[in-house]
Amino acid sequence: MTQSDHPSQIANEDPHGHYYVDPEVAHSLYFQLLRIRRFEEELTRLCTSGDIKMPLHLSIGQEGVAVGVMSALRTTDKIVSNHRCHGHYLAKGGDMKKAMAELFGKATGCSRGRGGSMHLFDDEAGVVCSMPVVGASIAMGVGIALSTRIKQEGKVTISFFGDGAVEEGIFWESLNFASVFNLPIVFVCENNFYATHSPILKRQPSEIIFPRVEPHGIKVYHTDGNDVVEVHKTALQAVEHARSGQPAFIEATTYRLKEHWGGGEDWHLGYRSRQELDHWKEKDPLLKARSYLMEETLEQIDSLEANIQVEIEMALEFAIQSQAPTKNELV
Amino acid sequence: MRTLTYQQAAAEAITQSMVKDHRVFLIGEGVDNVTGVYGHVLPAFEKFGPQRVIDTPLSENGLTGFCIGAALDGLRPVLIHQRNDFMLLAMDQMMNQAAKLRFVSGGKHSIPLTVLSFVARKQGEGAQHSQSLQTVFSSFPGLKVCMPSNAHDVKGMILTAIDDDDPTIILEHRSLFEETRNVPVKPFESPQSACIERSGNNLTIVGLSAELIAIREAAGQLESCGISTEVIDVRWLRPLDVNTIFHSVQKTGRLLVVDPSWQMYGMSSEIIASICERQPDLLKVPPRRICLPDVPCPASHYLMEQYFPGTSDIVRAAMDMMAT
Repeated sequence: MTQSDHPSQIANEDPHGHYYVDPEVAHSLYFQLLRIRRFEEELTRLCTSGDIKMPLHLSIGQEGVAVGVMSALRTTDKIVSNHRCHGHYLAKGGDMKKAMAELFGKATGCSRGRGGSMHLFDDEAGVVCSMPVVGASIAMGVGIALSTRIKQEGKVTISFFGDGAVEEGIFWESLNFASVFNLPIVFVCENNFYATHSPILKRQPSEIIFPRVEPHGIKVYHTDGNDVVEVHKTALQAVEHARSGQPAFIEATTYRLKEHWGGGEDWHLGYRSRQELDHWKEKDPLLKARSYLMEETLEQIDSLEANIQVEIEMALEFAIQSQAPTKNELV
Repeated sequence: MRTLTYQQAAAEAITQSMVKDHRVFLIGEGVDNVTGVYGHVLPAFEKFGPQRVIDTPLSENGLTGFCIGAALDGLRPVLIHQRNDFMLLAMDQMMNQAAKLRFVSGGKHSIPLTVLSFVARKQGEGAQHSQSLQTVFSSFPGLKVCMPSNAHDVKGMILTAIDDDDPTIILEHRSLFEETRNVPVKPFESPQSACIERSGNNLTIVGLSAELIAIREAAGQLESCGISTEVIDVRWLRPLDVNTIFHSVQKTGRLLVVDPSWQMYGMSSEIIASICERQPDLLKVPPRRICLPDVPCPASHYLMEQYFPGTSDIVRAAMDMMAT
């Protein structure tokens, strides 16, 4: 289950101010996070072995944003993403087999081997496109929102991007247009404080982004991207706002646990301290999501892991068995 | 049949495309202003209003991205830039995004985006308002580029461009606005190929867009000197119709290309190289090309007279080639 047609309010405060999370939904969110994490971990093994021959920008550490936002959407809503798209793709319902085959460069991949890791898409799931040039897909999300508004379809579009994209001119062109034209779009910024190796304070006047967006007449939200329940709550509000015909912006703080691309850790390069990395490992979205699973037994979690393992193995088998594209298909 | 000017025929094509298909809409900076983009969109605006003729902020690259998104979602946007010089601001969305989206989706996504813009050759407008950038746009696989040279073609080519499921750039030349032809009343499609405007035996002159004005005049003058020229209007730079040009040069053995832009890496380079590599011994004399000097366009009208090729340049080159 990724989204339903009627996403439910999952987190409520009881009269004593204590947090109550619907156990079924907490379970589902945890499952989604785990599924992405295990898929990405499998990819790191396949990179090391040389089976996957392309750079991968992994979502490890940032899954909370993808899962939390998607859980507030309908299946008919649309998303666009960037080079770091695996988490968005899977959380929205993108086909895992077609993604794996694409990463193997096979003809059965979602792009028949032509797009690769940075261009994952699945029309049936509403993952319209992923485009790696930073900022480019933000504008495409605005265009989809314009189209759905013209056709009066009541759909919401999400544009996912990182803190680096905020520096591109096209981000501001997109905010301006969405505001002037009252578009049903939610801009979701995964602020992980780095653009490749460059820290945010070297590139922007502040490490907080949303106050600079608000003067555009856009409703802004700031959320802990590593708390999937918080993201879900925030997303519900933002998506409702957008569905009423006004753009919204969510800044979700998060952290990239692996290197910019690849399956290794790069704290040794010195641009991020070991201390900082360890701090964020403690704030791993999986750990926080697990803390909401108050009634889970170990057995139930084990069976989640087993189900996920089966799905990943089937996707891997599919990719390995699939045909490679031929030269005839190139032009 | 009735006679229309180039500008009237273009306006008619735009309106008819919107009548034919409710998914077509116009969008661009100032499209709904009082001049209606040199009169092109006024009839459409009067008929369909601001819902389908959308005025926008100044955001060329963003706008192109918005149109790509709308196209991915099933609409057919026609993005209008009042000057093709401004399209350089949109190079990422046109070349990195629109031109590549079909490929990176394994053929699944089509981007039925039409970008309609204008080339100007007006006194004093200077370096950033006088460029003709079709070659730059034609350098990338994944999109189509065309430039109509007469009132009949501008209608057919606009309709064809809008009907095409691939991103298509169509550049109209403002020097051609008053050119008149018989234009069919109903919508019609135009083949994506070159056109032999005039048959001849001694020399093939290949041109594009507004260069056809001077070429047509030159052909007439050369005729009266007993030189029979075959005039080819390239019309489409992508796809480029090398075959038509090749068969003509097979007949005449002489090739002169008149290019509305700069020489280096230009249309003339591609045409001459394509002919020579197919059959170099076709040519009785070396091929020649007339292009703009290798500098931006000057503002002074004195300098502009030296800048753009004229009829006499073409006649002189042709007579040189015949004399050898």
